[in-house]
Amino acid sequence: MMVQGPPTLVLLVDDYPDNRDIYVQFLTYSGLRVEEAENGHQALDKAFSLRPDVIVMDLSLPGLDGWEAIRRLKQDPRTRDIPVIALTGHALAGHSKGAFDAGCDAFITKPCLPERLLDEICAIVTARPRSGGPTP
Amino acid sequence: MPSARTTGARAGARPPGAGSAARLELLEALLVASDPAQCAQRALGWLQRRAGVRRGVCLAAYAGDGPQLVPVASLGVEIDRIESFSVDLELRDHPLTRALLAAAPVMISPNGTRTAVTPLGRRDVQAIPLAPLHARDLPAGLLLVAPLTPVVAREARWLGRVLGPRLAALIAAARLEESEHRLQRERGLLSSIINTVTDPILLTDAEGRIIIANARAEALLATDDDQSEGRRRAVALNNMLFSAALSRHAMEGGEAPRHEVPLVDPVDGSDLLFELLSTLTSDARDGTGIVSILRNVTDLQRATAELEDNYRKLRQTEADARAERDRLDLVIDSVADPILVTDPGGNTVMMNAPAEHLFTSTDGTSEEVQRVVQANDAHFSSFVSNLFFEGETRRRSGRISLVDPATGAALPMEAISGKIVSGHGEVTALVTILHDRTEELERARLFEELKKASAELEAKVREATAELVRQNELLRRSHIALEQASALKSQFLANMSHEFRTPLNAILGYTSMLLKGVSGDLSSHQRRNMERIDSNSQHLLSIINDILDISRIEAGKMPLTVADFPMSELIREVLAEVEPLIARSKLTVTARVGRAQPPLRSDRQKVKQIVINLLTNALKFTPEGWVTVTAAHDTATDRVAVAVTDSGIGISPKDQAVIFEDFRQADDSPTRQYTGAGLGLAICRRLATMLEGELTVRSALGEGATFILTLPRSPKDDR
Repeated sequence: MMVQGPPTLVLLVDDYPDNRDIYVQFLTYSGLRVEEAENGHQALDKAFSLRPDVIVMDLSLPGLDGWEAIRRLKQDPRTRDIPVIALTGHALAGHSKGAFDAGCDAFITKPCLPERLLDEICAIVTARPRSGGPTP
Repeated sequence: MPSARTTGARAGARPPGAGSAARLELLEALLVASDPAQCAQRALGWLQRRAGVRRGVCLAAYAGDGPQLVPVASLGVEIDRIESFSVDLELRDHPLTRALLAAAPVMISPNGTRTAVTPLGRRDVQAIPLAPLHARDLPAGLLLVAPLTPVVAREARWLGRVLGPRLAALIAAARLEESEHRLQRERGLLSSIINTVTDPILLTDAEGRIIIANARAEALLATDDDQSEGRRRAVALNNMLFSAALSRHAMEGGEAPRHEVPLVDPVDGSDLLFELLSTLTSDARDGTGIVSILRNVTDLQRATAELEDNYRKLRQTEADARAERDRLDLVIDSVADPILVTDPGGNTVMMNAPAEHLFTSTDGTSEEVQRVVQANDAHFSSFVSNLFFEGETRRRSGRISLVDPATGAALPMEAISGKIVSGHGEVTALVTILHDRTEELERARLFEELKKASAELEAKVREATAELVRQNELLRRSHIALEQASALKSQFLANMSHEFRTPLNAILGYTSMLLKGVSGDLSSHQRRNMERIDSNSQHLLSIINDILDISRIEAGKMPLTVADFPMSELIREVLAEVEPLIARSKLTVTARVGRAQPPLRSDRQKVKQIVINLLTNALKFTPEGWVTVTAAHDTATDRVAVAVTDSGIGISPKDQAVIFEDFRQADDSPTRQYTGAGLGLAICRRLATMLEGELTVRSALGEGATFILTLPRSPKDDR
């Protein structure tokens, strides 16, 4: 992650605080900026206001669930181009399909080790460079 | 009989003349008289004129069986006195008989007699005999005259002498003529009699010449010159045949009075047959003759032949009728049903054997049998007599209850009777057929039972069907409940898996970060413990994944992604993934894949999962030695077999049966040496089945094991 420029901003959405904590610790440790949201509405608000470089979205959320949140993000011109990585603890095939239908760009099944998530974020940000590209 | 007529016309016209001339005249008149009456009348007329006789009667004597005196002429006498008068000359005492026999003039005086002896009544009469033709004969008659005068006496005596012979001659002549005439008549009569006889009758002389023949005989035996040649020949033949028969008859005499004579009819040439009856007649004057009567027996013969023919026909007809009757008997006897024919009197005319069985009993039978037979007969008679009384009914059927005399069993009978009616509409007989209804009734009873049983069966089937429907419904509900339960179970497992994963994710995550030194460096002791946490968490995750796999397979939610891939490539991949384990194990691991193998068409991910599982198991249970992975395509079955063989601890036959079950390892004890949830082989076998293949094991304890995955080269749906 030795790329020049401002560090990549990751919006991490998960209702389980410990999981948020692991990824925040590790991504921050790895040099990324991380913002957190613990439900769908919060995720939308922060996405619209912060315009992160990438959004990591757990699908099982209280209130507005992950699929719906992704759909809204992908329908909004402000957030349409922000890549979304869907995360789920459900291993069934239906989950990933629903997520891709909603418009996510990648899909990861839990358990997911922090370094795996980092690899995934780097891969997706490099593939779709924002102005300046991702920087740790 | 000559009768007297008063003819006084010429007598009154001639006056008495000179004696000799008058006598001559009379003689001439007498000579030309043609019959006795005329002659006598002329004589009386002459006497009236010559001697003035007023009354007179001339009586002629007729010979024969009853000789008598009969008046032939009269003068001045009432005719009724003459006509009934005659004197029987056998009466010798009669005055006239005496006068006749006296042969001289006699005075007859009726005085003293009660009745008139002469036609001249009660006055004296001179009876003058009339001289006979021959001197020895009796006088030819009497001349009775009155009154008697000397002239009369003289002239009358003279007259008696000349009139007598003349009268006698005339009477004889008349008698001859009469008898000839009678003979002629009788002969004619006889001839017509024999001619009316249709049989030929002949009289022949000793030489066979025909003397007399009747018309029929002449037709057969006589011929004229003007007849045809054929007829003449036929007649000649007949004469020959007849003569032969006569001579045969003469030779045989009275021994065979009858002979048959075949003759020919000359008219139409047909054959005739006669019977000859001959009788000899002897005649003193004409000699011996033969009277033959030929009786025509042609018709008789024909009639006899016809009679014989008719008799023969009758016999034939009778035989035919008997044969017909026999055939009929055979037919009706062969009918199993009793048949009876009854006459209008109610008597049974005919019955077949089955009927005899019911209605007759022999002498030797028991009283019981006889009683039954009588009862049967009474029932039948009652039925039959009813039909006879029903005038117009030609046919009738009814039911009679009879009893079998042999067994005593009841015989419900259907009786069908028909009247036999003659051409005149008269009922001549009644034919009755009895049909045993026992079987019919039994059938009806069985049919009823069958119907009942059928109805019961139907009810049972209905009940069973209803029960089945009920059970089906229960089954359906329980199926739905089970499906719901199964779905709930799958959902529960999925949810549980998720719920497990979330905390496990945190454990694995923190452990990983700690091991990576995110929270600062770890001491070697801490690091070792942290690694234990990590490996146990990994193991827990693999168990959760296995459980999830099984629940997904069972829920049918394990999707298959079929594609072509080369088996060799897949095995290389597997070896690469398991490389860390191989490296750690220090075993010799080799792979052998046949060259030029066709690509396998299957779910690559699942095949890989199975092979990895088999290989990791082999590594796990082989403390030392080697592990081999081979793949081969069997062209005969078009199946691909992947075998993983190890030199490990082996599996006992007993354990081979259980290792594919869920949560089982060969060593199931709590203190078992090898870790693992024991779900791997269970999942592998399920996956193999999903891929239309199978997973088998060959092993023995302590001798290693070989697990073989066999798969079709392509799934059934693709082929």
